[in-house]
Amino acid sequence: MPNRSQIEARAALLRQRFEVAGGVVVDPPLLQPADILLDLYGEDIRARAYVTSDALRGEQMLRPDFTLPMVQMHMKGGAEPARYTYAGQVFRRQEHDPDRANEFVQVGYEVFDRTDPADADAEVFALFQLQLRGLELRVATGDIGILLAAVEGLNTTEVRKSALRRHIWRPRRFRALLDRFAGRTPMSESRKKLLSTTGPLTGTAPEIGKRRAAEIDARVETLRADAAAPPISEHEMEALEALLAVRETVPYALEQMRDIAVDLPAILPALDRLEARTSAMKARGIAIDQLDFEASYGRTSMEYYDGFVFGFYAERRPDLPPIATGGRYDALTRYLGQEDEIPAVGGVIRPDLILTLEGEVRS
Amino acid sequence: MSIKLGVPSKGRLMEKTFDWFAKRGITLSRTGSDREYAGAVEGVEGVDLVLLSAGEIPRELAAGRIHLGVTGTDLVHEKLPRWEQQVEELEPMGFGEADLILAVPQFWIDVDTLEDLDAVAAAFRRTHGHRLRIATKYHRLIREFLADAGVADYQLIDSQGATEGTVKNETAEMVADITSTGETLRANHLKILSDGLVLRSQATLWRSRVAKCTSEEKSALKTLLAKIDS
Repeated sequence: MPNRSQIEARAALLRQRFEVAGGVVVDPPLLQPADILLDLYGEDIRARAYVTSDALRGEQMLRPDFTLPMVQMHMKGGAEPARYTYAGQVFRRQEHDPDRANEFVQVGYEVFDRTDPADADAEVFALFQLQLRGLELRVATGDIGILLAAVEGLNTTEVRKSALRRHIWRPRRFRALLDRFAGRTPMSESRKKLLSTTGPLTGTAPEIGKRRAAEIDARVETLRADAAAPPISEHEMEALEALLAVRETVPYALEQMRDIAVDLPAILPALDRLEARTSAMKARGIAIDQLDFEASYGRTSMEYYDGFVFGFYAERRPDLPPIATGGRYDALTRYLGQEDEIPAVGGVIRPDLILTLEGEVRS
Repeated sequence: MSIKLGVPSKGRLMEKTFDWFAKRGITLSRTGSDREYAGAVEGVEGVDLVLLSAGEIPRELAAGRIHLGVTGTDLVHEKLPRWEQQVEELEPMGFGEADLILAVPQFWIDVDTLEDLDAVAAAFRRTHGHRLRIATKYHRLIREFLADAGVADYQLIDSQGATEGTVKNETAEMVADITSTGETLRANHLKILSDGLVLRSQATLWRSRVAKCTSEEKSALKTLLAKIDS
């Protein structure tokens, strides 16, 4: 196990290389206001982050990552284009696995640049690959943007699309919704009973709570409209399922997805973006022919990523978390910037894990 | 030294626990004044009675300060992450039965399942500008249950008592609480989601996996457990 000063020395070295690449060093505070993190990530963040409080500032969280403070800082007045780098501790509550660290160092690099997103993706990925050169790692890449485009293009109602979009990052709920919208799941008795009624509903139960009768009537109307809408067609379902299952090297994956796009033409612009990124990566010397692409990659762990995603894994040490992860998170900046979107891509590396792997090679 | 048996210090839970042990030839009793939390054990040698609040018993077991303890499954699961590694479930005791459930206002005729709840939570957040609030004291269990079910856009509000009243008072939109008969829920115009059962709980006898035992204490523990088993 590497000790603290070794980790810090390696973190400094990694950060220095990011500086050379153009990253301006930033150092956000350890304590972050809890409300904005909660608003963004929901209750799940409480399972991941340490919460503390005082009477003046209310609830604070020990930063679980740098992304949010970084984006906020940039939006407050960073000039564009901008490149940042940072190194420091992050804190993660652990409730299940005592072997996982609850405090570790991350070194990151983030790019806010709208001129050429494909090239910004390639730049970030190439830098991370360079930083990790010499380690035997499996590289995973994906693109959440393709899945979002597929959902957007489904020939179905906006209500259904928005429900699916919301659960892209929760694969099981996504699957359940999809099966329902395709008419594969039988309707429950209680739903049938509800839908056999007409007009606004008057019950005997008293109206209590902040959710009002008008909201309930509105949802019943939505459910009635949904029941009347035709199911998502089998051929769209099959295409979507084929898309979710794509797992190939990048060139073959592109070929497969172009075939799938015959039935899901809405993904074509996203595929063009993938192709542009691929060319940009190639131009930066990345061996595209050996790079893996998984269409479903990044759906379980990285909620705010909505485009290119990547991760580096130590295959001989499946017990270790990823050594580095990153991706594009335009939606986060849109959300935080009140519709003022700044295309953003970045990633983080864990120096402690690099040292652990290097130690194994030596011994 | 003696082994320590922790039992709830008051109310029906204490009485039922005393009855349960009495049926197995072990007499537990409180000693001293009514306010003094001291107790005695007869019928087996080398066992001390420790009277504790039911909510503290999981922690005491996990810390190894008591060897055996009686408390609800709900409290052990909520308070001890990876509880299997810290305590062993010896005997479900057949009383104190209660279900941890999710309940919404009865007049929410459009909500019957977790899937409905998730859809409603999204709409609620759009309409009201904040997440749908669930009042509970079982934060960890509810968070894990809802994460597993893929429900989003909710938040938990801490409520240590009179939880069912929070909806009427508009400090929460729904509740996650323990119920045995459902009487309190009905009285507060709440209904249970059809797939909203989080955990079935009952009073249970637990053994600490971390409490240290001398050989003398080990034999006392063995005798006690043999009596319970017979």
